[in-house]
Amino acid sequence: MNSRMVIRRIGGGLLVLWLVSLLTFLMVQLIPGDPAEVIAGDNASVADVDRIREQLGLDRPVYEQYLSWLGGVLRGDLGNSLFTNQPVTEAILDVAPPTLALTLTAIVLALLLGVGTGVIAGLRQGSWIDRAVSTLATLGIAMPSFWVAMLLVSVFALTLRWLPATTYVPLDRGFGTWLSHILIPATALGLATAAELARHTRGCVADVLARPYIRTARARGASTPHLIGRHVLRNAAIPVVTVLGLQTSRLIGGTIVVEAVVGISGLGSLAVNSVLQRDYPVIQGYVLFCALVVVVVNLVVDLAYGWINPKVRAA
Amino acid sequence: MDPAPPATRVDPAAGAAPRSPKQRNRVLRAVVGRPASAASLGVVTVLVVLAIIGPLVAPYDPDAQDLSNRFADPSWAHLFGTDDFGRDVLSRIITASRITIVAPLISVGIAVAIGLPLGLLAAIRGGWVDAVAGRLADTVLALPALVGALAIVAVLGPGLVNTMIAVGIIFAPTMFRIVRGAALAVTEETFVQSATAIGSSQRRILAVHVLPNIAAPVLVQVTILMGVALLVEASLSFLGLGVQPPDASWGSMLKAAYASQFDAPYAVIPPGVAMVLTVLSFNTIGDAIRDAVGIRRRM
Repeated sequence: MNSRMVIRRIGGGLLVLWLVSLLTFLMVQLIPGDPAEVIAGDNASVADVDRIREQLGLDRPVYEQYLSWLGGVLRGDLGNSLFTNQPVTEAILDVAPPTLALTLTAIVLALLLGVGTGVIAGLRQGSWIDRAVSTLATLGIAMPSFWVAMLLVSVFALTLRWLPATTYVPLDRGFGTWLSHILIPATALGLATAAELARHTRGCVADVLARPYIRTARARGASTPHLIGRHVLRNAAIPVVTVLGLQTSRLIGGTIVVEAVVGISGLGSLAVNSVLQRDYPVIQGYVLFCALVVVVVNLVVDLAYGWINPKVRAA
Repeated sequence: MDPAPPATRVDPAAGAAPRSPKQRNRVLRAVVGRPASAASLGVVTVLVVLAIIGPLVAPYDPDAQDLSNRFADPSWAHLFGTDDFGRDVLSRIITASRITIVAPLISVGIAVAIGLPLGLLAAIRGGWVDAVAGRLADTVLALPALVGALAIVAVLGPGLVNTMIAVGIIFAPTMFRIVRGAALAVTEETFVQSATAIGSSQRRILAVHVLPNIAAPVLVQVTILMGVALLVEASLSFLGLGVQPPDASWGSMLKAAYASQFDAPYAVIPPGVAMVLTVLSFNTIGDAIRDAVGIRRRM
């Protein structure tokens, strides 16, 4: 990928982010009725409604509201929560660590489980292992992550009592404690991603093994571990990166429900609570934050192709 | 025409596929011909029947409370046990199937109603119409489905109808891309070019050539989206933003069952299994149709 294409991709990403910001800004304008009255609730006094109207700047012309809001967003100022008055950026960064830890652990588990089973299934096509992997993968894709989390809590926390049922524990309380608390939600979150990875890795391995250069290498006496390390895994890296990129959205959405099941106060819980409380600045901040993550991940995936695959680099 | 790759890659051979009646037979034969997809079709059929006549076949009144018999274990009287109000879980699953299946149906209907005309327009007109619609689709797709749905519910307020609208809007861009890509592929076919050359009107080309040929990819996407929409709506209901009591869907049943997990740790199994079975069936049918009409699997 040459530098002109990189710049074009970044420009495309920025355009999408700007459009997301426009839609997010319009959210408050689109509330049916008088937004300030709706947000304040049924029992609010006139003073409360006026305070909210002023805080959201709803008494000014729309374009003026947008420009000052956008100016704030570009400086990292997303306004203040209507309920706690805490700056939105701070509120988001406060609860981001558990969600980040949960998502990254889910990705690591998904890679180990998905790529591992995918390679084994691809090497033994048509065997019972292959059929078992593909059946489980189909099932894994159809299972909602919050239900998987409920089942895991039911079995491993409440019945067998092997793992704690709820809450997040930061890493500085010890790796073992941290892992025991995050294992259930991360497994639930990563299962569908593991299933997708297994499917695509299997397909890629089967594809590579059918190529003539593999037969040539075998004829030269190359061992199977050598073939896997040198040819198969390298080629499988491309679908793995693609799937992980596409799964970002699913993982972010998954954190919302999984956090609700195991009682983690992360970004997902923040989002749900602010929707229930109609705390619009926080919702807007959360939506923008998610869009930023998705756009950046897509960009990184695009750039990673060039790094993994020399053919793309030359083009 | 815009050289951007279409969202669904249509196999060149499938572009010249036989039109409606024959193709419909082929699709049906492919779905019924495989054991897995035939079984899935059976599951969906049973579900649709239950959604219509559910209250007639449910063994108990789904709202009848029996507080002396709360959290009963499964027995011959109550196959799936009873819930926190002593209500029969099996009867509740049967009657909740109506909302569970109708909600995604309406959502996908909204997605088609928005995505189909816009996709056709973008493919035929090209130019700025295509560019604007494409950018808008990119924008909505930059948001994870559940986050986008959450934002729309935040604007409209919680509730079943608003969730259905939200999910419909969120899936419209996916439908738009599928329709646009498939329509672009068809308009490049020689039979469309010759129809244009002999002076067929644009409306005739659309009705006779384009629509029948994009029906298959749209059908595949509708089937797949049914499963996804069901899961998103279940998630919203589980979070308390979708179906509100006394209405019930499998998602809201899971919410209630999970709240009483210490009294009945296995109560989360029946609604969840029903949901997985349904989603699995939609996915299997979608895959079977896709293979039958020769569309390559999406990444």
